[in-house]
This record gives sequence, C-alpha cells and structure tokens, in this order.
Amino acid sequence: MKKLAVMATALALVLGAGAEAQTPRKGGTIRMTAPYGASLSSLDIHTTPRAQDEIVGKALHRTLYNWDTVANKPVLELAREVAVSGDGFVHTYKLRDDAFFHNGRRMTADDIIWSYTRVMDGSKGYPGARNVRLIKGAIDVEKGQAKEIAGLRKIDDFTLEMTITERVDPGFYFMGGTTSILPREEVEKGTFASNPVGLGPFKFVEHVPGSRVVLTRWEKFYKPGQPYADRLIILIMGEAAARDVAFRSKEIDTSILGPAQYVAYQADPELKKHILEVAEVFTRNMGMNPAFKPFSDKRVRQAINHAIDTDLIIKRLVKDKAYRATSWLPMASPAYDKTMKPYAFDPEKAKKLLAEAGYKDGFEFEWTTSQNESWGLPIVEAVIPYLSRVGIKVKPKLVEAAVLTETAMKGDFQAYIISNLTGPDSLATLKCYHSKTPRTACNYTSFNNPEFDKLLDEAGQTSDMARRNDLLKKANAILYEEAPVWFFNYNKAVMAYQPWLHGLQANATELTHQYVENLWVDETSPAK
Amino acid sequence: MPLLILRRLGNTIPTIVAVVLVIFTLFSVIPGSFTSAGDDGRMLDPAVMERMRKELGLDDPLPTRFVNYVGSLAVGDLGTSFRTREPVTKLIAARLWPSLKLTMAAMLFAILLGVPLGFVAALKPGSTIDLVSMVGAVSGLSLPKFWLGLMLMYLFALVLGWLPSFGYGEGGLRHLTLPAVALGVSPMALLARTTRAAVLDVLNADFVRTARSKGMNEYRVVTWHVVRNALVLVLTTIGLQFGSLMGQAVVVEKLFSWPGLGSLLVDSVFQRDIPAVQGSILVIVLFFLVINTLVDIAYVIIDPRIRYG
Repeated sequence: MKKLAVMATALALVLGAGAEAQTPRKGGTIRMTAPYGASLSSLDIHTTPRAQDEIVGKALHRTLYNWDTVANKPVLELAREVAVSGDGFVHTYKLRDDAFFHNGRRMTADDIIWSYTRVMDGSKGYPGARNVRLIKGAIDVEKGQAKEIAGLRKIDDFTLEMTITERVDPGFYFMGGTTSILPREEVEKGTFASNPVGLGPFKFVEHVPGSRVVLTRWEKFYKPGQPYADRLIILIMGEAAARDVAFRSKEIDTSILGPAQYVAYQADPELKKHILEVAEVFTRNMGMNPAFKPFSDKRVRQAINHAIDTDLIIKRLVKDKAYRATSWLPMASPAYDKTMKPYAFDPEKAKKLLAEAGYKDGFEFEWTTSQNESWGLPIVEAVIPYLSRVGIKVKPKLVEAAVLTETAMKGDFQAYIISNLTGPDSLATLKCYHSKTPRTACNYTSFNNPEFDKLLDEAGQTSDMARRNDLLKKANAILYEEAPVWFFNYNKAVMAYQPWLHGLQANATELTHQYVENLWVDETSPAK
Repeated sequence: MPLLILRRLGNTIPTIVAVVLVIFTLFSVIPGSFTSAGDDGRMLDPAVMERMRKELGLDDPLPTRFVNYVGSLAVGDLGTSFRTREPVTKLIAARLWPSLKLTMAAMLFAILLGVPLGFVAALKPGSTIDLVSMVGAVSGLSLPKFWLGLMLMYLFALVLGWLPSFGYGEGGLRHLTLPAVALGVSPMALLARTTRAAVLDVLNADFVRTARSKGMNEYRVVTWHVVRNALVLVLTTIGLQFGSLMGQAVVVEKLFSWPGLGSLLVDSVFQRDIPAVQGSILVIVLFFLVINTLVDIAYVIIDPRIRYG
C-alpha cells in the first residue's frame, strides 16, 4: 500500500510538472524563419499573394476569418458572431469591439468596408480581388462603375452586413492575408509598405530587406494575455542548408525541412523529437493535355496512373516527405474521401488499357517540368523508366518555375508536372475542373465532364454543408476515374522546432503560417 | 588629372548604354512574367493578371516600353518594382550599403592575405611556404562559394560557436566576418598567384639585377624596385576582382541572409520583377565601372609613365 502511495505521489508530481511545463510563459523572443526565397515582396499585405509574405502578415495583420488548424475549417476572427439569412446570401456580422490597430485606433465596420474596397481597386490589380469579388457589387468597383461595394453595409460601428453572390462559406474567401483589414489613415500616408500597421498580435519594429523582420508584442491585442512572447523575429532564410546549420547551432527556433533534411532529422534521436508534420493542401500531379491525341483517351490517362510505381517514388525519391494522392482533393479538405484507394501499380493493366486505346506500341510525349526536387525534373527522370516499360517514351522539357504556370495557362504543353494549391475550399478547388472554367483560370487540362459539372452546380446551390460535401465527394471520384492528371502526392510539410518553443499549429493550408499569438518560449530558450 | 577622369567617365557611357539595351532586351524576350510567377500554385486569377499587366505597362509595345524606360533612367528613375510597388531606387538604396560593406570587407581580406602571401612565395620560390601558399591559392580558386560558406558556418558557428552562422545583426564585424571570408577567398587566391607571378617577373628583370650588382641591399631592392613595379599588375587584378565581387556576392548574400543587392536580384529574377532586376544589374555594372576608373587613375599615380590616349 505504501509503495502504491509513493507511486501515486510520484505520478502526481510528474503530471504536475508536465502541466506546469505547458503553462505558457510570458516574455522571450521567438525566432521563426521565412524559407521561401531571399526576400519579402512587400509588407503591404494587400499587394502580395506569396506564402513568404504571409508569414509576416499573420503576425502583423488580421482578417475577418481565420483558419482553425484543429477543426480544419475557417472560423470567425474579427467578428464574434454571424447571422446568415435563410437563402444563405446575407451575412450579418457582430464585429469585435476590442480590436485595436497598432496606432491605437479601434477597428470598426468602416475599416472592413474600406479594406475590401481598396482590394477591389481595378487599376491596381490586388490579388485579393478574386476573393472580395464574392461580395455583391464588388465587380462594379473593380470595373470603375461604382465607388462603393453595394453588398457591404454598415449597420453600426460594430455591425456589418455582407451580401454575397454565391451560396458558399465566406470564411474560405476572407481568411487570406490579401483580404486583411488595414487602417485607412496609415495606408494613405504612402509609406505603408515600409511601415505597416495592422490588427495582429505583434507590431512592426524594423525590416532589414533580405535578412529579417522584427516585431514586438502589441499590448492591446484582443486576445487576453496574448501574445506571450515579447518579440518575434522573422528571419529570411531561403537556403535550406544554411537553415540547417542555424537550427543546429540554436540560432533559429523553426526550420522547414526538405526531403534530404527530413531523413537526417529523423535519424537523429534528439532532433526527431521535435518535428511537426502536416498534409498540406497541395496536390502534386502531371497534367495531360487532351489536345494531344493519346491523352484525349481516358484509358491512356488511366494507364499512366497504373504504369508508375508512385509509392516507391515517394519512398525513395521524396524520402516519404509526401502522402500518396488518392484523389484530387487533399486530406485536409472537408470533402476528402478517406475510403478512396489510389491507382494500383499494375504495368500489365496499363499495357492492356493502352492496347484497348489503340496504343499497343506506345507513343512519345513531351513533359514540361521545372527543377523542383519534390515535383520537378528528378521525379520526371524517375518516372521515365516506368513509362518506358509500357512503351511510352518521354521527352523532358525543362523550364523555370516562373514559366511553368504560364505554360499551363497557355495550353502550350503535352504534359506538365506541378504542385497545385487544392484547398482548403473543396468547392473552389473542384471548380477548376468545371467545363465553364477557362484554361487561363485553372482548368489547365480543359476538363469537360457533364456529370461532374452537374454535381458541382448542385453543390454550389445547396447551403446544407453535409450534402454539399457528399456531392463534392462524388465529383472528386469522377475526377479520379477520368484521370486528367497523374495523381502523384499531397505535400507533407515538415517543420523542425526547438524544444523550448511551444504552441505550434499543424496548419494544413501552409505550415509556416502560424498564429503567432499562441506561440511561447520557455526559459531554456537562448534568445534574449 | 581632371581631364583624365573626365575622359575615363566619358568612355563608360557607351558601356552603360549597351548594358541597358542588353538587360532590357533580354528580360523582354525571356519566357515567364511577373503576373504568372506565383509560388506553389498561388496563382493570380486571369482578371487580376490582366489588370496587373496593364498597370505595370507590360501590354505596351516593346519600343514604347524601352523609350519609357530610357526616359525614366535619364532622370534617375529606375522604375517601380512589380513586387513591392515601391521605387526601385528605394529598394536599391536600402541594400547598397550592406553590399558595399560586404564587398569591401571581402576585398580587404583578399588583399591583406593574398598580396603578402604572393610576395613571400615569390621571394622564396620552391620553398615550403611557396608550395603551401600556392596549393592554398589553387584550392581557394576552385572552392565553390556556396560550399565554402557552408563549411565556414559549420566550423565557426556550429562546432566552435564563435560567430553567428547567418544574418546581418547590427551590421558589425561578428556578422560580417563569415560572409566576407566566403566571398574573399577566391580573389585572395587569385591575388596570391598574380602577386607571386608579378614579383617573380620583376625579380628576374634586368634593372633588379643591376640594382643588386650595384650593391643595393635586398630590402631596398624589394621595397623600391620590386614592389612598385609589381604593383601595376596586382592593382589590375584588384580592380577587376573588386568590380566583379558585387556580382559574385549573390550566392554568398543569399546563403548568409545578408541584406545586399544579391538577394534582391535573385528573388527579382525568379519572380520576373523586371524593373528591380534591371536596376540591380545596372548598379552592379556601374560599381564595376567606377572601380575600374579608379584603378586607371591609380595607375597614373603609381607609375607616371602610364598615359591614356
């Protein structure tokens, strides 16, 4: 009995210590990295759609909605509640009355109206326009036919009515940094890009271009007690090898890992304890152009999916830093169907399908690719022998990443390999394959299937989310069956973090986009 | 002297014009554009792209764009960055000093180490020191900057913990040392080899033999005759290396997160931010020309016999 009591006491102490260790500590400095390039484009978040810039944007700014990284859905951020009309078009928001810009002014409905109107300035081509266009009358502003967005109405300082044109969840449209709520008076000073002011948990201190952004805690942030850290430094480090050294020498708190580093970190007993993984909403695929005769036949496209040992390529070449794609929609999508099985590696079936399609002796195609290590030339080179075994010859055509998208949009390809953003909004993602969507928008493979269109149209009309997801699952299954692409993988984003950093979120929309108010460092952090 | 400076400056004008023309033409014909160079599928939608193309003037005919560009250049306007929507002059101004600082530090490292090493090696040809310094020089020339930078990071930051592995800090010596060494090793090696060759050449010259036969002591022979005569070739190498170092700094700046022109140039190229690319290259070329003009002037000071036609 005594022994039991001692054990119980010891257990209580351990649990107590654990609970204490998890209590966020106030103060300290967090040192995150911005890994996607050697610089930031702009600190005026309305002007840039780059993931790199939004790393800073998440600390400086706030949007009407945010992404709930646990529930995997958009949630209200700058509003406390929303009432939706019976037809699903009118959304009335009760805004927070405790959100203050970093200049001390309280945010009101006017700020949201002004920010969205700014984004719709047609002469500027702001990237967020594609989202705000959802609001009734926004297109008129974009075209210069109106000065105000008709679908936005201020009821009082903290009540905003928004009328949208489609029966969709506006959360997906108003959670990205390009629709951040900005203070008009600061933007109009003309120096906003070098001296940004926002509603976020940290306020701007300095930007050393190509090196770092330093931010300090915003005392009037609306979440009580947050942010925890006194300072946030975002270090711009585009080179993976340099990040590796800096991480190991404890100069940075987070580092995004590539395939080679992923293997090395997993092999290290200490480093592997602090790795965060998430299936991001990116689908890597090889798009096939139906204008190229062999690819106009579904059986050929399916044969390609059967001919490649995708699992082996993911294991050996991508070093398991990806999840096998089992459809177009990625795992974090609300309409992802867990029961779907990937195309089996079956070269005999591939040969049979090719023979049925009239390509018994195979054919040759040109495959446009970038240098990307996870979805570029190395993958193409690994696939070539598999396709060769079923009689298909591949001629790789190397282009720069900046050229790849343009190639896809122009239809100037027989096949291309790319990583497509495929979420988190399942409806918007699948709309890319609606026959009415032009190639220049995102229907790169000119997909056209009446049954798919019908399901998608129906999904767009219903406001019952469960039914919508069912319809989208069916549409996704048709897409998989039709195989306009070789379904390769979903990106597995991997972040290494130091043991003293806590509160990281597995954000499937982009792992580097952290809601930094939740992060904290314990006393073992070497950063002052 | 003022006439010489004016003449040298005048000679740079055709070079600048040619560079402007080449950069403009190249970036007008290469595939890919800013509006479609989104990252990881975060593409802009066609309507936005259309408007951006108009706003950025990308829809104008090539000759119109060139005339506009040259017209702006004539008044010192390098245009507006597609990415940041800020004046390119502002972007460059923010990065010029860190780039200059890195380039100068690298060159200083190269001169302080390379020139004495070359001298010593030449004065003791065939000796151990000659062998070691020349092996070092060849190695220094053949080491890729990226790899060398990583090794320096690994050794001095991770293993020894003496220096930070990356970043700008407050711009002080602690952060400057590793990138400067990574950038300076290659010119240091070249300078060592050049100095050795130049000094050996002079040491075998008739006037040195005459000076020695007249009984002049070796110290005076070296300092009075050898150094001055070898310096012209060494100075040429310094000038060429110094001028091109800012362009070479691209890799080092990116590796060490150094906020110079190099990292601006790299991202601008990948994202087809043509005004920023044109502006950055132009500044690098101007730097090269300025340094070489200064070297030309230095020739005249060192050796008054040199005259330019």
